Amino acid sequence: MEGVRGSLFAGPALLYTLLFFAVPFAVMAYVSLTPSTGSGGAGLSFANYAAFFERSYFLGAMANSLVVTAIVTVVSILLAYPFAVVLAEVVPERWQRLALALAVLPFWTSYVVRSYSWLLVLSSNGVINKALTGIGLLSEPLDLANSRLATVIGFTHFFVMLLTLTIYANLKQLPPSFRKAAADLGAGPVRTFVHVTLPLTLPGIMTGAFLTFVLCIGDFITPQILGGNNELLMPQLIMLQVGRRADFPMASALSILLMIVVTIAYFACARWLRLERSR
Amino acid sequence: MTRPLRASSVLGLVYAGLLYGFIFLPVAVLVLFSFHRGRFPIPPFNGPSLRWYDQILSDGRLMDALLNSLTVGVLSSLASVLLGFLAAYGIARHRPPGSRLLSGFLMAPLTVSYLIIGMGLLITFNAAGMPKSLLATGLGHIVINLPLCFAIIYSQLTDDQANIERSARDLGASEAKVLLLVTAPMIWPALFASFFLAFTFSWDEFVIAFLLTRFDVTLPVEIWSLLRSGLNPKTNAIGTLVFGVSILLVFVIEAVVFGRRRAST
Repeated sequence: MEGVRGSLFAGPALLYTLLFFAVPFAVMAYVSLTPSTGSGGAGLSFANYAAFFERSYFLGAMANSLVVTAIVTVVSILLAYPFAVVLAEVVPERWQRLALALAVLPFWTSYVVRSYSWLLVLSSNGVINKALTGIGLLSEPLDLANSRLATVIGFTHFFVMLLTLTIYANLKQLPPSFRKAAADLGAGPVRTFVHVTLPLTLPGIMTGAFLTFVLCIGDFITPQILGGNNELLMPQLIMLQVGRRADFPMASALSILLMIVVTIAYFACARWLRLERSR
Repeated sequence: MTRPLRASSVLGLVYAGLLYGFIFLPVAVLVLFSFHRGRFPIPPFNGPSLRWYDQILSDGRLMDALLNSLTVGVLSSLASVLLGFLAAYGIARHRPPGSRLLSGFLMAPLTVSYLIIGMGLLITFNAAGMPKSLLATGLGHIVINLPLCFAIIYSQLTDDQANIERSARDLGASEAKVLLLVTAPMIWPALFASFFLAFTFSWDEFVIAFLLTRFDVTLPVEIWSLLRSGLNPKTNAIGTLVFGVSILLVFVIEAVVFGRRRAST
């Protein structure tokens, strides 16, 4: 009886998720099996998936996406971890909230505008080039925008903020007594870090890394604004199928392949993820 | 602070300073050149001038898009909070069979890219003959925000509140009364926080809105079409304006939600 009432309250949300999340997903899965625009095929088949593995154009986009996402995730962790340590341990306690709030302030710029603002910095007549040519370090401006580097910088900027938050939160949960105990037992700062702090902050790192991976690999805006036309990432490829060719079947197949990659990543980090109810 | 600074601490602070520089560089350039007088937001800076703010405030399309974003944001966030609250209450308090599975299902959209959620809705609405519209975008925004609101509110429904609800029920309050007059007031900071978080996500969301709107668009989509004209101080001005408003919102949340928590401890 109790349970029935519970599902009554949860009913509207469950119905909504079913109608606007699960059903569209099923429809997309179905459409991905129908012949793609201009293929001349008929009936249901895995032809779109086969096409993905046969054409280097498609496979290349997936490879680009994986490489860019991997670089961004690793670089962001390497930059954010020491930053979070400084915020949690060097900055005096009463300034920490302010320091952290400042570190994530650019989160609140509009997402489209954030990529655009890197264009202002990196383009051939942008701030960096003007500064470098101004002091004579460069004679010709470099086109730093419209490249993989620009995409990586734009992504890293965002994810350093995200990872700083998750790692900082994790560091603050560690009781200081753990490190004191390690020191009492004769461990130096390096050993304490490697054997105590690092393993205990692994959940924070992995949660952040997983979020970075998911958000990064699915993002269309950053590579579209900063990457130029030299290479395509998966989201751009998907949007191309929808926009230019109105090829919903191929776009669906590519979307599902992208989702499979994310799911694999989820299971790879699942044991470290803490998405459970906090106590 | 009387603690002597060690060399490693100094090194750490220098590193933090560099990272702050990296984090703030593009934002500083964006804001500075929104006050630029010239036609291109590139150095050397000349100004300050409010010329581009004047232009965006008198730009009908931008202001329409801003209003659309506000409407979609407020309505979809309200719906997300309401659905999320009811579901969290039902699952946390009545523990229906398979409640882990049910909450897992409700949270599932969190692990799927917005692009894929948008694609699914586009194809489904297209098949159902539903035209692209702000309504479609709003429905999409509920999909991404409902799990968020559910998770936040669910985590705040603790067991000691359940006792208070039980005593209200023992005193004869109906389920609706308990929900409205007991539970909601006890967890209103969570309701408030999830509403504003949902609003920020909706307000800033691009790809779903891009896929699901055609003529009436939201602000991020309108800014996107501004970008086609390349570097343009108008984009700096609207970007700075949105940034300012968001910061203001963050301060409100901080003051209302966390201010209260601090006062109560």
